[in-house]
Amino acid sequence: MKKYISFFRLRFVMGLQYRSAALAGVATQFVWGTMEILMFRAFYEADAAAFPMTLQATCSYVWMQQAFLSLFMAWMMEGEIFNAIVDGNISYELCRPVNLYDMWFARSMANRFSMALLRCIPVLLGSVLIKAPYGMMAPVSWKAFLLFVITLFLGAFVTIAFCMLVYISCFFTVSSMGVRMVAVSVVEFFQGGVIPIPFFPEKVREIMELLPFAAMQNVSFRIYSGDLSGKAMEKAVFLQVFWLIVLTAAGRGLNRIAMKKVVVQGG
Amino acid sequence: MRDGSGIALYAHYFKIQLKSAMQYKGSFILTCIGQFLVSFNVFLGVYFMFRRFHSVNGYAYSDILLCFGITLMEFSLAEAFARGFDTFSSMLSNGMFDRIMVRPRNEIFQVLGQRIEFTRLGRMLQAVIMFIYGVTKSGIAWDVPKVLAVIFMLLGGMALFCGIFLIYAALCFFTTESLEFMNILTDGAREYGKYPVNIYGKKVLLLCTFIVPYALVQYYPLLYLLGRGSLWYIFLPAGGFLFLLPCYGLWRLGLSHYKSTGS
Repeated sequence: MKKYISFFRLRFVMGLQYRSAALAGVATQFVWGTMEILMFRAFYEADAAAFPMTLQATCSYVWMQQAFLSLFMAWMMEGEIFNAIVDGNISYELCRPVNLYDMWFARSMANRFSMALLRCIPVLLGSVLIKAPYGMMAPVSWKAFLLFVITLFLGAFVTIAFCMLVYISCFFTVSSMGVRMVAVSVVEFFQGGVIPIPFFPEKVREIMELLPFAAMQNVSFRIYSGDLSGKAMEKAVFLQVFWLIVLTAAGRGLNRIAMKKVVVQGG
Repeated sequence: MRDGSGIALYAHYFKIQLKSAMQYKGSFILTCIGQFLVSFNVFLGVYFMFRRFHSVNGYAYSDILLCFGITLMEFSLAEAFARGFDTFSSMLSNGMFDRIMVRPRNEIFQVLGQRIEFTRLGRMLQAVIMFIYGVTKSGIAWDVPKVLAVIFMLLGGMALFCGIFLIYAALCFFTTESLEFMNILTDGAREYGKYPVNIYGKKVLLLCTFIVPYALVQYYPLLYLLGRGSLWYIFLPAGGFLFLLPCYGLWRLGLSHYKSTGS
């Protein structure tokens, strides 16, 4: 365990070095967020009664999405891991007395968390200053805030566990490009990245909420604003834990199979 | 390959690049599918929003489809020719551009010929489908000025997006790095261009009329198509071509500033 923690620390600190890149990214995220909110506002003005969340909850959702982009976006997968598998550098990693799965998990965590830490502070600070209902609201209660933090981490873990499956699949397919792009689109759509899950029609929504993708950003962002509470919230959190266990178990299993038949292509 | 026809040279570039892309057929096809899916997500987003809301700012679903189809088509056409600028920052930093400059051909032409992205076919395919779907579903009685309006929109929009790609590259002369912020003007415009610009409010409309003239190739001519604007709106996409002038100016300025990064 200790070696994974120190590996995490190392990577985390390394990630914090890219401060100016993060700052440039923050400006971009403000514009994306603003456009998104203007779009929702237009729909709100068209038919406020058909809006499934409050406008303020929706706007907060958009800002949190921008702030914690790096925790939940599947396209932030580690290029290095794919390269290592394709070009054979993986053999160095295999020589080390560590479990590949745990090591990659720690590495993804470090990268995502460091990037999120750099980007979330300016985005959150900025969006709090925007006037209601377009800015970021305060959490509905202390309890909701606490749950928000816990589910935020759970959601990030689910995302990473899912990405691990994509990495490992690369052992079997070698060319990762296709699987990767398909995975990215699927995750983005089904986790409520294009439009939040409450905006879908009832039937579609019921199915979507059972999928592992709904256990990513959807839960914590909606707990924060009070859009998700009571029984529905308990179920969502339970599903998060469930999917985290299933996805990591699947990942470990696949990893074991891959390790047995791994062929280093030379290079 | 003698002097003379640039088209023949471009065709040659085209052939070489196509051959190299075909070396990895599986990866090529999957990447195309991936590209398709990415913009398909955007369409699904629009679809489900309209399942719920039926209209926005007086636009019906079919109007939005038409708008989305045309914008996506404009973007894809521009991308087919000018996305080569995307990798321009790496061309600068690895010294490739120095090699280009010593050749007796126009630099822009060569930069574009270096990299023709065939995997964008996925998006192109989606754009064509959306465009046809939008045009047939729109319920518009097509006559000569309306057909002309669509053609002008496509041409003007293509020019506009080419101009933006050109700015993207020109800024690299000053920064060497490519700028993440520019994504707003390219991918962002494609993404948000699915809805007519005026739904984002007055300020955005003004910005998109006078600074980066998206509205000239999208919103105003669309108004005419939907029977809400006057005839002269169909000539507004010419603004897309006018926009190319400052872009080219910036490129020339950058070029005259250029010092090799060495490599």
